[in-house]
Amino acid sequence: MSWFTQHSEHTFMQNAFMASILVGLICGVIGVFVVLKGLAFMGDALSHAIFPGIVIAYLLGANYLIGAMVAAILVSVLIGFASSHTHINNDSAIGVFFVGAFALGIALISTQRTYSRDLTSFLVGSILGVSRDDLYLTAAVGAIVLLIVALTRRELTSIAFDPVFSQADGINVRLYEQLFFIILSLAIVISLQTVGNILVLALLVTPATTARLLTDRLVTMIGLSALLGGLSGLLGLYFSYHFSIASGASIVLVATAFFLIAYVFAPQTGVLTQYVRRRMHYAHPERDVFPDM
Amino acid sequence: MTAPEKSATRIETQDLSVHFEDRSALNAIDLSLSPGEIVALVGPNGAGKSTLMRVLAGMLPPSHGRVLVDGQASHGPNACIIYVPQRSAVDWTFPIDVTEVVLLARRKARSRLLPYGGADREAALRVLTSVGMEPFAHVQISRLSGGQQQRVFLARALLQNGDVYLLDEPFTGVDVPTQDVVVEVLRELASRGKTIVFATHDLHQAFTSSNRVILLNRTIIADGPTSEVATDANLRATFGGTSSMFDLVDLMNGTAQR
Repeated sequence: MSWFTQHSEHTFMQNAFMASILVGLICGVIGVFVVLKGLAFMGDALSHAIFPGIVIAYLLGANYLIGAMVAAILVSVLIGFASSHTHINNDSAIGVFFVGAFALGIALISTQRTYSRDLTSFLVGSILGVSRDDLYLTAAVGAIVLLIVALTRRELTSIAFDPVFSQADGINVRLYEQLFFIILSLAIVISLQTVGNILVLALLVTPATTARLLTDRLVTMIGLSALLGGLSGLLGLYFSYHFSIASGASIVLVATAFFLIAYVFAPQTGVLTQYVRRRMHYAHPERDVFPDM
Repeated sequence: MTAPEKSATRIETQDLSVHFEDRSALNAIDLSLSPGEIVALVGPNGAGKSTLMRVLAGMLPPSHGRVLVDGQASHGPNACIIYVPQRSAVDWTFPIDVTEVVLLARRKARSRLLPYGGADREAALRVLTSVGMEPFAHVQISRLSGGQQQRVFLARALLQNGDVYLLDEPFTGVDVPTQDVVVEVLRELASRGKTIVFATHDLHQAFTSSNRVILLNRTIIADGPTSEVATDANLRATFGGTSSMFDLVDLMNGTAQR
């Protein structure tokens, strides 16, 4: 742990580490539902679509979180409306709105003199600019997100697994999906400083996908995904510091490395594991060391 | 079961129609379902069987007409009406085990602050036993066969404990033992005053397992006691001219065995 204490002499470094771990953990939890509901594209869309909201809030000097929230709600409602139109499927609706909104954000920010610097910090994050207040805000918003996930866990699970049953069982599916999109945007917003707009999707999708390779149980999957997300934040920032690479990219690359390791070596689902299992079974069926169940 | 249950939910529809965009899915449906009936809803693909069930379950508002539950106009899902979706509606690779699927039925009964307790798990095990799935209580759902999946859905519906059960294609793609279990469970429910409706395009299953048949093709072609509805003319009207000869042979075999 000596390297940690060594870096933590600087408050900004402490803040950066805390923020990376927190964001990785929170995105890891909510990412499980993004992956299970097949909403990776929607997550990408939301992260881009809230961009103009953040820019407008920034230009007005208002809290960027509020701007992002308003934009997220607006966009998810618009996508809902557009995809209920018969000639537009859901994916196309998402695609149209997310690129359109993103372009609006870039157009707005290009009116500023400090255009390129501002744009860069939104797009790839600015982890060393995380203040103590930012950190508190991240923790508070993260706590709200986790609390809502905990309180609506049964509805989220029911809808993700069996939407038809859920509707017949009296769950207001639309309402819960809107709520989910709102907490998803909150998670995205607090990740922007750490990893930036472009890479945040990886925090939502990669740890959860890795966790899915390692377990068949939802609760375990959530725990593992949070752990992998937090660990990616910690190790990613450490590598970023030592090898002088962009923090967001470094965090995402660590998460991707975890995925690749699980993809090859996972005890049940790994590519190598399955290969070895088949070979051993064919050569010596009586010595099958991986009995089914 | 202990005390006789007071469960007599009656469902009616009045001049019910459903349109999707410019296409008519159901037209002028008038029917009345009584406690203790086992109704087979029969028709070819695209006949509107699923649509009718979803309207009855309060999941789809009719374009015209209305659904009455115990004489009251129904708006939206009703806790006493249980809908069992087709198996294909679900992602069977989802990381969830058999007990957890069944426990989805306990959502409303438990505070969102508390985890499920021993009583919930006992209740889940009890319904799993009644469909012969208790050895699979902790098996991941992706390892189940089609028939086992259907039994899990049925167990979940039993735990929801309603008065009216609407089952969408419960016999499609399942093994014979499962078909027998499903029929047995449905008969037991009907004997306790529950109303059963199952959709099927399998005439044999429809005529051997029900006591009332509704032939549907966008509109009701025939509706009555199973023995009276099975006429060649009715089947031709429902399925079109070509299919009924084969189906009738099937049907005769089925009734002969019974």
